[in-house]
Amino acid sequence: MSSPKAQLEKLPRSMQVILLLGAIALAAFPLVPLTGADFYLQMLSQMMILAIFAMSLDLLQGVTGLVSLGHAAYFGLAGYALAFLTPADTPISLWWSLPVSALGAGLAALIIGFFVVRTHGIYFIMVTMAFAQMVFFLFFDNKALGGSDGLYVNFRPDASLFGWTGIDLENKTTFYYFTLLLLVLVYAFLRRLLFSPFGRVLAGIRVNEHRMRAVGYGTFGYKLAAFTLAGALAGVAGFLWAAQTGYVNPELMGFHMSAHAIMMVILGGMGNFAGAIVGAFAFEYVMHFFKDLTKHWQLLMGTFIVLIVVFAPRGLLGLVAQFSRKRGAP
Amino acid sequence: MSELLLSAKSLTKRFGGLAAVNDVSVDLHRDRIHAVIGPNGAGKSTLTNLLSGDLQPTSGRITLNGTETAGKNPERISRLGLGRSYQKTNIFLPFTVWDNVRLAAQSRERHGPWNPLRWLSAASAMSEVNRRCERAIELAGLTARASTVAGTTSHGEQRQLEIAMTLATEPTVLLLDEPLAGMGQAEAERMVELLLKIKKDHAMMLVEHDMDAVFALADRLTVMVNGQVIASGTPAEVRSDAGVQAAYLGEEH
Repeated sequence: MSSPKAQLEKLPRSMQVILLLGAIALAAFPLVPLTGADFYLQMLSQMMILAIFAMSLDLLQGVTGLVSLGHAAYFGLAGYALAFLTPADTPISLWWSLPVSALGAGLAALIIGFFVVRTHGIYFIMVTMAFAQMVFFLFFDNKALGGSDGLYVNFRPDASLFGWTGIDLENKTTFYYFTLLLLVLVYAFLRRLLFSPFGRVLAGIRVNEHRMRAVGYGTFGYKLAAFTLAGALAGVAGFLWAAQTGYVNPELMGFHMSAHAIMMVILGGMGNFAGAIVGAFAFEYVMHFFKDLTKHWQLLMGTFIVLIVVFAPRGLLGLVAQFSRKRGAP
Repeated sequence: MSELLLSAKSLTKRFGGLAAVNDVSVDLHRDRIHAVIGPNGAGKSTLTNLLSGDLQPTSGRITLNGTETAGKNPERISRLGLGRSYQKTNIFLPFTVWDNVRLAAQSRERHGPWNPLRWLSAASAMSEVNRRCERAIELAGLTARASTVAGTTSHGEQRQLEIAMTLATEPTVLLLDEPLAGMGQAEAERMVELLLKIKKDHAMMLVEHDMDAVFALADRLTVMVNGQVIASGTPAEVRSDAGVQAAYLGEEH
């Protein structure tokens, strides 16, 4: 019997199987001949990008216990970075624009984090939101930064390497696979980080920061490092988003986008990154489903989230774990 | 007298008009147990919090292993060799006993949060940390419970875990805040044995209500009432002190 607070850090076999099947399905999807395949490819790419974004937030929210209501700021900043880096008449190289955009988002997170990780609980939530709103209005009110209309990204980044042009991101299928690759890489990195010395300290901070300090951890530095890293990874997602849609606007860093990420993480289950992926796909799927049903879809979406929080407080993965335990599986 | 490891001089902590700790001095020596007793609200826990950095003193000086520590934060003081346990069990409830102690042991590794190698290596493979963790768990008598989730262990075991986590940081000075609180007879006896076992090489301050344990363990005794020290000396001296008998021992015995 595990404690009710345990967060499924170690994924049961049933869940590993589900994840593997999901990855295979994603990898196989472009091979399926389908009418309107482009639409689905684009939608799935978008879901994968949001899954990366949700995982980056989970590092703070689920692992470290820092609920950021301003995480979209770093997502959006990296998207804007790509928009500014891309010239009007020619694509920019992927190989330096991606790192620069992600590092830029990480740098913004480092600076903002320096102020916000000193606060706790509800104050942390408010201060992260306040900083994100400042970033939002900086772009919204500033014509030179695109203003409320945003900016176009005229070309997708150029992935050619030393004259080799095997990867063409303008191709929808290639972009899809590139996004899938990054999703897998980010997931593998974060899973490894979760059980690293650094990850164990972050989990300790979530459970009992006071005791962490009493045994000698400078928790400020750890929280700041986590905040910075989460910002940079959100930047990876934001970069992909801007590259895919060819367009950025202030909404990308807005309050709704931040709340969106929080709900995806809660829906899937916090603290193990797999939940964030499942949550992102489920959230988007349900949202599209409700949107097709009625123009009052937000009402249904709200009800759905409330039901999940009440009946599956550990998210969809928590539900799966519960069922597989009842059947006697490990 | 053996080596002086922690010395607090004229510590005072005021909360508004209330002096929770008023002009208190304590010396802790290696291989010695210094017990602090007193009725509820005497300021014993506040004194512990001042020494550990959980609270900042209003005035006074603290020297720990030759370094001035008054005003430093808890993590600095911990790293200078002070380990403390808490009156109210303060552990990582969802983690196993092993992971609780391992985390405490890992705190003595030098690498900070900005070293990317520490993001990708496996925490469970740190042999030096595992060795320290295993030793502390064994010393505290929790070896059989190592893989149990801390939140599901008994109260007595959680108190042992408190001590194990403190020992895993390999401190020279130990502050134990009521390690016997809420324990049954058998558990309390085991804890007294444990404290005698770890007395060697540590300077220990023991805040405790259990008088049998205090007189079984303490080399020196300080009695606090209303934030002030009313007597200090060997257990025999304190026991015969008329003021102490009136203020404290008389009521309980």
